[in-house]
Amino acid sequence: MSLLDIQDLRLSFNLWSGPVNVLHGISLRIGKGERVALVGESGSGKSVTARIVLGLLQEMRGAQISGRIGFDGTDLASLAPRDRRDLRGREMSMIFQDPTSSLNPVFRIGRQFHEVLRRGQPSIDAAAAREIAKKVLAEVSIEQPDRVLDNYAFQLSGGMNQRVMIAMALANRPKLLLADEPGTALDVTVQAQTLRLMHQLVSDHGTAVLFISHNLGVVREFADRTYVIYRGRIVESGPTAMVFENPAHAYTRALMAAQPRLTGGGLPEIADRDGAFSDPAFHHGVQA
Amino acid sequence: MILEIQNVSKQFDAGGHKVQALSEVTLQVEQGECLAIVGESGSGKSTLANIVLGLYPPSHGRLIFDGKELPAQRSLSHRRAIQLVQQNPLSALNPRRSIGASLRLALDVHGIGPKAGRMARVQELLADVGLDPAFANRPPAALSGGQRQRVAIARALACESRLIVLDEPTSALDVLVQAQVLRLLDQLRRARGLTYLFITHDLGVVRNIANRVAVFQRGQLVETGMSEALFAAPSHPYTRSLIGAVPVITQDEKAFRDRIGDPQ
Repeated sequence: MSLLDIQDLRLSFNLWSGPVNVLHGISLRIGKGERVALVGESGSGKSVTARIVLGLLQEMRGAQISGRIGFDGTDLASLAPRDRRDLRGREMSMIFQDPTSSLNPVFRIGRQFHEVLRRGQPSIDAAAAREIAKKVLAEVSIEQPDRVLDNYAFQLSGGMNQRVMIAMALANRPKLLLADEPGTALDVTVQAQTLRLMHQLVSDHGTAVLFISHNLGVVREFADRTYVIYRGRIVESGPTAMVFENPAHAYTRALMAAQPRLTGGGLPEIADRDGAFSDPAFHHGVQA
Repeated sequence: MILEIQNVSKQFDAGGHKVQALSEVTLQVEQGECLAIVGESGSGKSTLANIVLGLYPPSHGRLIFDGKELPAQRSLSHRRAIQLVQQNPLSALNPRRSIGASLRLALDVHGIGPKAGRMARVQELLADVGLDPAFANRPPAALSGGQRQRVAIARALACESRLIVLDEPTSALDVLVQAQVLRLLDQLRRARGLTYLFITHDLGVVRNIANRVAVFQRGQLVETGMSEALFAAPSHPYTRSLIGAVPVITQDEKAFRDRIGDPQ
């Protein structure tokens, strides 16, 4: 059984000028412990998909959402708002692109960690929370956890903050991690280290990941399976190696061709719009 | 040679303590080349660009442009000769001015061409960067990111600059649009003999657009070389670690990276 099972998810926003359709029926599954990427360009609908799974967009007026989201066997729409809120930070958690602005600037890291851990164990005291925090910070290769816990986010580097965010997101051992462009705001060398760390950690804990990115290289290195999204529709899906080695959809092929190669080969001529981008989706093999 | 950067250093005062943003950088830019300035945040690449543009003077060292030393206070003709294309074209274009008026302003300020022919020149410039001349009447907000970046490039072309500083010109663009803008820049350079100082952190981009590469780390120039040679055999450990960190998509690239780069 899938951990996350999204079926025919549709989203539109009611604007004063009329409805704008953002998602046109997205179906996506993530098995337990599986790392799945949703890759696409800006405006394709990848971030809103994660926000709907987390339940953030449902609270927004003007957002029309339909379709089914099953999480660990439960239809999320059937949950009371309170139960739904309880999932966040416990069963599923999210990390964002810019770690520094995701942390509260007026509280020390240690206090924010306590707050995170209280979601899993409401009665935990500050001292016990600090011990757990030190342990999970060590897991993300932070060598001086005491110093980090006593600091504010602005006193730490972007790479350090991203590690703190990853440690916090995984502190309550969620079943699903939603990662929206993690590492995009970081330098390449720091990004590479951070992603390797995250990969290691989710493998160790058997955490499933929905990994949202526009960066094909990062997706190739991180994900077991990949979905390619274009203008609110999935156009291709399959095991990551298959999608990258034998891209079948015109849009996926264009994306791959447009990526400047480290081995050279020049700058190909590529259209950013093409009728073939609207071709029916291609799914490699049988979906898990 | 178009620009010589001689022994340039830059210190900033950051609340009492000094930050050394650039340390004794010496570098030449040749006529007609695309020289990539590569580094991570804090490497000094943007500081170097700002010094070349004359936004602030170096603390030490000097810049020789076309054989003459560039003064701290740049004249109008210096500003015309060295133009900038920024990462975010939306903040580079006046939101209340039409695209055509922004381009026209560049021609007016520098007195380029006869007044009567300037609107026609604006149309030509738009066509040169692959935009419909009808865009002249639109505000920047009506254009996509890639189209706006084309306008910024057209403005640099309008000035008939000797040197164009491109500061992460495609980092904010989607990959399909990035490919088109890079191709346009490459074609313009080859067709018109333009000279680029191309600042970027993306080695995949560098590999495909630059003739020569200068690698910066913490304010120091650690390695320079012709693009082919530098990628084939980088000599500095920092260059190797940068290559080792690039996320790649093909087996060929992976084999190359694992052979040449240092893993993190």
